[in-house]
Amino acid sequence: MAQPVIKHRALCQDQWQLLRDGDAVPAQGQLIVSLECWQTQRQALLERGSPLGIWLGCDQPPELIAADLPHFALIAIHFPTFTDGRGYSYARLLRDHYRYAGELRALGDIGLDQIYFLGRCGFDSLVLPESLDPDSALAAFDDFTAPYQGASDDPQPLFRRHQRG
Amino acid sequence: MYIYDHYDQQLVNERVRQFRRQTERYLDGALNDDQFRPLRLQNGLYIQRVAPMLRIAIPYGLLSSTQLRKLATICRHYDKGYGHFTTRQNLQLNWPELEDVPDILAELATVQMHAIQTSGNCIRNVTSDQFAGIAPDEVVDPRPYCELIRQWSTFHPEFAYLPRKFKIAVNGAKSDRAAIAVHDIGVQLDRNAQGEVVCQIWVGGGLGRTPVIGTLIRDQLPERHLLGYLEAILRVYNMLGRRDNKYKARIKILVKALGAEEFTRLVEAQWNGLRDGAITLTREEIERVQGFFTPPAYAALADRSAELAALAARQPAFGRWLEHNVMPHKQPGYAAVTLSLKRTGIAPGDLDDWQMEAVADLADRFSFGELRVSHEQNLILADVRQSELEQLWQQLEALHLATPNIGTLNDIICCPGGDFCSLANAKSIPIAEAIQRRFDDIEQLYALGRIDLNISGCMNACGHHHVGHIGILGVDKKGAEYYQISLGGSAGEGEEAALGDVMGPSFSQQQIPDVIEKIVKVYVEQRTTGEKFIDTYRRVGLEPFKEQVYGPASH
Repeated sequence: MAQPVIKHRALCQDQWQLLRDGDAVPAQGQLIVSLECWQTQRQALLERGSPLGIWLGCDQPPELIAADLPHFALIAIHFPTFTDGRGYSYARLLRDHYRYAGELRALGDIGLDQIYFLGRCGFDSLVLPESLDPDSALAAFDDFTAPYQGASDDPQPLFRRHQRG
Repeated sequence: MYIYDHYDQQLVNERVRQFRRQTERYLDGALNDDQFRPLRLQNGLYIQRVAPMLRIAIPYGLLSSTQLRKLATICRHYDKGYGHFTTRQNLQLNWPELEDVPDILAELATVQMHAIQTSGNCIRNVTSDQFAGIAPDEVVDPRPYCELIRQWSTFHPEFAYLPRKFKIAVNGAKSDRAAIAVHDIGVQLDRNAQGEVVCQIWVGGGLGRTPVIGTLIRDQLPERHLLGYLEAILRVYNMLGRRDNKYKARIKILVKALGAEEFTRLVEAQWNGLRDGAITLTREEIERVQGFFTPPAYAALADRSAELAALAARQPAFGRWLEHNVMPHKQPGYAAVTLSLKRTGIAPGDLDDWQMEAVADLADRFSFGELRVSHEQNLILADVRQSELEQLWQQLEALHLATPNIGTLNDIICCPGGDFCSLANAKSIPIAEAIQRRFDDIEQLYALGRIDLNISGCMNACGHHHVGHIGILGVDKKGAEYYQISLGGSAGEGEEAALGDVMGPSFSQQQIPDVIEKIVKVYVEQRTTGEKFIDTYRRVGLEPFKEQVYGPASH
């Protein structure tokens, strides 16, 4: 049973299946494959015809897939522990530098207190850990109303968005 | 000083609400210790040896009298009636209850204060020169740039979970009073030939376990690009800084590992992607923030140095204070006054609630209602009329805040140490007191000139021991508290920044005053006329000091 996903600030069950390293590639279905799987089975994955996703580990920066971005309908970034913040920069590079416009999903050790930051860095979906209450998770996107700095959700910093003082 | 608008206040209020919920979740068991720790740290809350410790942000050391009164009230109601000013210009409470912290933050928010990012692996409170805006040697007032950095870094979504803590210091004077060479990023502000503000960016300095002097990686950066360049540096660090070993996780280790050239190349590559984008500061925004730091309504006054000198001659006690605790001011007829928090018998940097209230009154009466905190852990009234110095001195005397020891060996920088801090290997406060008692003859102290003596209770170096002319580091030796001494460090301030040289085997607590006395004796014997301690040390080196302390050729 797939875990619930928050996507575009709504709770849903989705069609994506996450494939870990070593898992066999099934004939049908929307897959999120590892970088290694993508690199070794690229042609076979493309020939399946289904939408394809890839997940990056915390030590796999997006430059490793920079040339392949048009192939992916979804990119997931794994947070092995919530205190490992590399994924925030990866997300910002994907959105702001590589102009990736597909789904960007956070996976792994995610707590209520990271959701606001994830949203600001361009993640538009996350796999909801069982321990989190969905309503609290949805509310956490709005922990702060008007941030100072620009980010991937809105590149304009406060001083460009509003007349201050 | 900077005054919050609706947006600033809203963010701080929302943080109070968020932290209240986080604390409730922790107390309810919804968050375990490991989950709560990074959250509470980003609000300055440590669980310490005897009680929690709460670190309250004083952005770049600037404080209003209203804020200081609120701090006094908080110290009285939620703590034991005193607070501790830190080497990063903040205030620490040593005895708050965890359950009370959300209420304390709510009280702070009413006076535009908070504890945001005073700890944790994020961008910390930015620090600066305590004489910003008034120093005769100032080229650019650093305070508006500090405030711009404060806003950019507050809840920066990309940099909330860095490999390690991240400290930024900004200096705008010729003399570096912000110790920019020993920060993760040091910003030196200057003016180019056209009179425009430009920044020098120093990266990878720091103290702690592996002390390093920073490297200049960018010169002549136009002010509008300051935040973009900082963002590029932080992004490179966030992605590449080590996370497998917390002792190797600071940016200084990354800069060393990559080499400054390669590190700079990566930063420049990131910056090229950000350059001239929305992060670029607008002229309007720079001027808006500068508008909060315009000079106060100074009266047109004549310089009264001659009269003060005459007064000092008649009243030697006033004269000593005038010479050591009063600093020059760029506005004629005004002076800056340092209130010494280094009275013998009081932990360096500590101030009682009643003193805070009295000092707030003095700030209103004598200095436009504002104060500063220095990284040397003293307070400053920055805009005092020379004609009112004598009156101020009398009132400070009554408050025990006029000890005329600024810049002397007894103006000790000292961390809370093993009496309070759970990281410490050894106590530091009693060491400071023992030294102050040994050097209790003020004329003898003056004869020694400026000597920076810094004490840290462990290698995390909150007491900046590496950059003390004399540095003392508490170490654990088979379960006993010992102290290692280094010589020749400097945080800058008109000297070349340098890390001290470790003298040799460590000493027991009882030996320290004798050892310091021997070190000072070597200096007095070796110095040329008018030569400062640091200059003598740099000329003669470690050897004569070692010989005096350890005995000839025993090493």
